[in-house]
Amino acid sequence: MNYHTPASFADASRIAAEATGTTRFLAGGTDVLVQLRADIVTPDDLIDIKHIPGVKAITRNADGSWTLGVAVAGAEMTEHAELMADWPGIVEGMDLIGSTQVQGRATLVGNLCNGSPAADSVPGMIAAGATVTVTGPDGSREVAVEDVPAGPGRTTLARGEVVSAVNIPARGENGGDAYLRFIPRTEMDIAVVGCAVNLTRDGDTITDARVSLGAVAPTVLLVKEAAKALIGTTLDDAALEALAEAASAACNPIDDKRGTIEFRTHVAGVLAKRAAGIAYARAGGEK
Amino acid sequence: MTRIPTRTHVTTTVNGDPVDFLADPRETLLDCLRDKLGLTGAKEGCGTGDCGACSVQLDGRLVCSCLVLGVEAEGREVKTIEGMAEGNDLHPLQAKFIEHAALQCGICTPGILVATEALLKKNPDPSEEEVRYWLAGNLCRCTGYDKIIRAVLATARDLREGV
Ligand code: FES
Ligand code: FES
Repeated sequence: MNYHTPASFADASRIAAEATGTTRFLAGGTDVLVQLRADIVTPDDLIDIKHIPGVKAITRNADGSWTLGVAVAGAEMTEHAELMADWPGIVEGMDLIGSTQVQGRATLVGNLCNGSPAADSVPGMIAAGATVTVTGPDGSREVAVEDVPAGPGRTTLARGEVVSAVNIPARGENGGDAYLRFIPRTEMDIAVVGCAVNLTRDGDTITDARVSLGAVAPTVLLVKEAAKALIGTTLDDAALEALAEAASAACNPIDDKRGTIEFRTHVAGVLAKRAAGIAYARAGGEK
Repeated sequence: MTRIPTRTHVTTTVNGDPVDFLADPRETLLDCLRDKLGLTGAKEGCGTGDCGACSVQLDGRLVCSCLVLGVEAEGREVKTIEGMAEGNDLHPLQAKFIEHAALQCGICTPGILVATEALLKKNPDPSEEEVRYWLAGNLCRCTGYDKIIRAVLATARDLREGV
């Protein structure tokens, strides 16, 4: 295994593009090292991107949007009060992943590119309308987070492409987001269903919304019908019922030991209602 | 053809001391600490980030050393359980763990001590719930956890009261 420490994303991309064998990028390592250990994936070329300037930075831009370096760990996000105040749903989704030790290393981008449909940080990013900057041999492009996963363990990124930043929109006035997941225990488990809701209010009326579901389909989903059920309402009972129905209708889950199809489909609706309630309260100024 | 594994020269700081070693890039920091530096306090319970027995601090951040490559330690600061006591003087957490019998076989203990030291630095007055969540990634098959939690809370109280 060759271990590379490029000083720029262009170099990282070039090394990956020229490699002939198995390539992995290394940020927090909480998936890569487990796969290495279990002999699931032994890369021929391992490209550690942590020597690239800016990968540890959390930056609020002049327009209020955020740029997160790709090696920012979960613990660094939870410790960032302003990020937490703007995007509590994204931060709480990330914070649910693994133990304190894992939080010291695990990253949003690793969680996204690992391609698990149950990735806890991904619904929050999708609901927020976040994008990632992808650097490839021919330059950079910006990709919506929902367009990155292609199926369990797979992404739409081409050979030689590497995610070089996470871009989160400006929070704006009267907005709020939330992420909830169902697990059969209280901590250290994989989502059976996850749901993120992000919305904006004008007074009591929801003017904009995005809803994302995890662990109920081969990829994390952006559920436009569920968002439609919220927009224009004051989150009254009828809106909540319509939201739950749309969320459940979007589900195409697997049946496994952690949850049946029927259970996951039902819980998706329940979590959507609860997450919408929290996001709505946060958009109204509640902490 | 057998590929001769390339070895990388790693220079790092462990418990304040400059050290260096040669590592195959596939070797974990845990393996390097134990097999190359003779620091066997960090234990391998699982090797996959599930048990916390290998906990160390990397640049002041609590991590599983089984999920860090040895080569990633280049130029960083590692702190292990061996750096916790001052000579023969035990750290208050270590003394309190003995007093409370918060260990039996002891395999999980170095990781739990390193993890709780990091907690108390961040939060000198944790609630029981906060301690339990913080230590959710440190598994113990012997104690049933209760004595560990009591020992941590008692140490935190003593440290706050300057005992
Ligand atoms: S040995 Fe590292 S977490 Fe178990
Ligand atoms: S004392 Fe034996 S594992 Fe904790």
